[in-house]
Amino acid sequence: MAETLEYSPKTRLSQTGSNQYIVEKDLDTEYMTLNMGPQHPATHGVLRVELITDGEVVMKATPHMGYLHRCFEKHAEALDYQKVIPYTDRMDYLSAMNTEHAFVMAVEKLLNIEVPRRVEFMRVIVAELQRIASHQVAIATYGLDIGAFTPFLHIMRDREHILTLLEWLCGARMLYNYIWVGGVSHNFPPKFKQRVAEFVKYYKPKVDEMMALLTENELFIERTRGIGILPADVAINYGCSGPMLRGSGVKWDLRKNDPYSIYPELEFDVVVPDGKLSIIGDSLSRHLVRCYEIYESLKIIQQCIDKMPEDPNFDPHAAVPKRIKPPAGEVYARDENPRGEVGFYVIADGKGTKPFRCKARAACFVNLSVLPELAKGNLISDVVAILGSIDIVLGEVDR
Amino acid sequence: MKPLALLVPDALTATAVPVQAENSWVKAFESLEVFGVPVGIFAIPAIPLVFIALYALYVGVYGERKVSAFMQDRIGPNETGKWGLLQTIADILKLIQKEDIVPIAADKPLFVLGPLIIFVGAFAAYAVLPFSSEFIGADLNVGVFYAVSIVSVEAVGILMCGWGSNNKWSLFGAVRSVAQVVSYEIPASIAILVGVMMAGSLSMQKIVMSQSGELGILHYAVFQSPVAWIAMIIYFIAALAECNRAPFDIPEAESELVSGYFTEYGGMKFAMIFLAEYASMFMTSVILSVLFLGGWNSPLPNIGGVALNDWTSGPVWGAFWIILKGFFFVIVMMWVRWTFPRFRVDQLMYLCWKVLTPIALLIFVFAAVWELYVR
Amino acid sequence: MSKLTPEQIHAIIKEEFGAETVSDLDNSRTMPNFTVLDHTLWQPMAYFMRTDERLKFDYLACLSGVDYGDGTLGAVYNLESLSAYQHKIAVKLKCTKENNTIPSVAEIWRTAEWHEREAYDLVGIVFEGNPDLRRILCPNDWEGHPLRKDYTVQEYYHGIKVPY
Repeated sequence: MAETLEYSPKTRLSQTGSNQYIVEKDLDTEYMTLNMGPQHPATHGVLRVELITDGEVVMKATPHMGYLHRCFEKHAEALDYQKVIPYTDRMDYLSAMNTEHAFVMAVEKLLNIEVPRRVEFMRVIVAELQRIASHQVAIATYGLDIGAFTPFLHIMRDREHILTLLEWLCGARMLYNYIWVGGVSHNFPPKFKQRVAEFVKYYKPKVDEMMALLTENELFIERTRGIGILPADVAINYGCSGPMLRGSGVKWDLRKNDPYSIYPELEFDVVVPDGKLSIIGDSLSRHLVRCYEIYESLKIIQQCIDKMPEDPNFDPHAAVPKRIKPPAGEVYARDENPRGEVGFYVIADGKGTKPFRCKARAACFVNLSVLPELAKGNLISDVVAILGSIDIVLGEVDR
Repeated sequence: MKPLALLVPDALTATAVPVQAENSWVKAFESLEVFGVPVGIFAIPAIPLVFIALYALYVGVYGERKVSAFMQDRIGPNETGKWGLLQTIADILKLIQKEDIVPIAADKPLFVLGPLIIFVGAFAAYAVLPFSSEFIGADLNVGVFYAVSIVSVEAVGILMCGWGSNNKWSLFGAVRSVAQVVSYEIPASIAILVGVMMAGSLSMQKIVMSQSGELGILHYAVFQSPVAWIAMIIYFIAALAECNRAPFDIPEAESELVSGYFTEYGGMKFAMIFLAEYASMFMTSVILSVLFLGGWNSPLPNIGGVALNDWTSGPVWGAFWIILKGFFFVIVMMWVRWTFPRFRVDQLMYLCWKVLTPIALLIFVFAAVWELYVR
Repeated sequence: MSKLTPEQIHAIIKEEFGAETVSDLDNSRTMPNFTVLDHTLWQPMAYFMRTDERLKFDYLACLSGVDYGDGTLGAVYNLESLSAYQHKIAVKLKCTKENNTIPSVAEIWRTAEWHEREAYDLVGIVFEGNPDLRRILCPNDWEGHPLRKDYTVQEYYHGIKVPY
């Protein structure tokens, strides 16, 4: 970790041609404590970052969270397994489907049940739609953090299509309770697949447009390139996952490296930055990973639509157990959320229909822990850029 | 005046087609008295004031919302009145009704005076804007110089707001803003000097008159010198920064500093700061069009018997053209705002001191040589 | 070197630290794990697991604090060799409610720092050696540890009635 600490304001400011830092040292100025949040437009929720600044240069950043703490884990101990699912939705409210999927897989592993093949396809389709929607929010709000307002609304316009599709599917726009233990809550409505295929076709050029408007903008690159460089070994040591880890050049995607569901049958690439536009590990790399993952998700959805078995008399509840009472045991199941690895450590005592202990390993929580390391020595504007590139959802950080 | 007059030969201004800039409307106002009270003298500043209010209401706020809505694939205000035309009126009503809050820790005199000074700074420059060949608040012989210097007062107001608010974010915004406004005045002034040199006068009306002629747009300063267009672009960029408009809106920087120096303001004080921003947007746009795009001159040429230029010239036409040109640049500013992300503080300073200022200086020298030996 | 089975991993650790320091491997279908019996050896063992050429557990996926309800508390570490072999194992450490300390591994896997703070906050395990052991999710002056099985919520918090 010593390498990242070396990355000091002195070196960076002299690169940009300013010796402001050194001059202020000579004048023996005082440090200023600046509270960023809990009400602040750039913290993406109720996060409070305590910044100790020297002028505009951040000397130390300490995140404080818990403003949204609902103690999900305590709730889960008081609820039947199937009733926990809606609570998992509310952790990472931007990628509810993926979080549900992780929890459901944990329970299914405990029960040791097989899920019908068609259900797996349905789960992957909704999970990938959700991944696109979540990355859209991440990219859009990142643009907003940097000061580009227009891409935000363009992206939100397209996200609406996904939300409409998912609403049509299960009646809810954000918190679905769609993936059940052993099945899903509703079968695909007639023509749903065609509509998804239409969306894939519609959305591909829109991603290009979004890239041209935001990612290829010179100012945007100027603001994010080389900011908050996270070396790969530090990223692993800090437990970062998802786009955070891939942005540092580690080809690690649970869909490939610890395959679940039907991902082994599907063709897609794990996106890592090539270092041409960005410096590997910087904020721009993380942003680029998200952008290109949208293309991969579109690819996955298209393949699922083509391969999905048709069954006119399909009952999505066929394999749903009437009473979920797993044998005593413990499991750590995880999946690749848009924000990284979301895992559920569930202990079943074999006596009841409620989990004995249910711990959620939240991707954002772990990713956020690297913020003090990244923010040190950068300007306040850069802290905003770094925080945006980490892409936190406070619902998941605080649980 | 003197050194500039030396640089520019008298013959140049003499060749310009004489236009009847008699400021006759202003003179008529000045002599207007009702029961011995000189009403007219108050009417002169009232006209730009009313104009600012109307413009800020409809081109500024409503226009900006509609432009941004168009760019962002939305509809924009459409509920209040036909096409949402009454929306800004409703907003103003809301702002007027709001309680006038002064935070308990704020420095009250500074906090209250700050917005006024910002607005006065922006509004005072309207005195020398030539709205037509017959109307200019004060036809100073140093009009451009006055406009450049009076706008700097804004920086004082901004610092008062930021310091008076007693809020760290406001202070950051104010310090950033002052540094920005002061820095960008240098490339802006040099670019203005290029225009002034070409016209040979600091008087707004004289500058405009030097650009009139039968060929309309071809007489504009921007086409009179090979570097004038660069000066125009530099001035436009610097004007964006001086108005704190995106991509130079780091003093407000929504996502970083909440709202910068006016974080703590609400109600009419906020409206005042807002109005000042739009007022200075239009003001810089007009200065730009006066210096480089012929001010109130019609852009249409006389083609043989079809005397388009003659038909579209005159005091009323003049007002039409200059307001049109001003609005055009205001809309371009909005377009820029809704397209680009924001600079970082050090990048902003880099652009000013290491890119714009040297280029402006080079152009200044080149333009001087061109004026002396070529034109 | 290649991906190892849990048995092999367990054997390597036993060989290095002695048979009596760790329990037998619980090679369950869902999560193979073993328990570290000698707490004093946990930090060297963690360091060994991270750095040994055969193991290379460089990624701490999850750290969960558990109250087993019978007077024992535990911490469960889900380890994985991310950059090298991609094998996995879970390690458990147990302590009693009275003597609730476990050595911290925050210096070995930096991610453990926040995980340990969370386990301290919610379950009440004190991680000795954590550089910044404060509550992380609950307020600093909250009473009790919510995920303890015998937890009862406090009556008032700063004059606000808590249970409703």
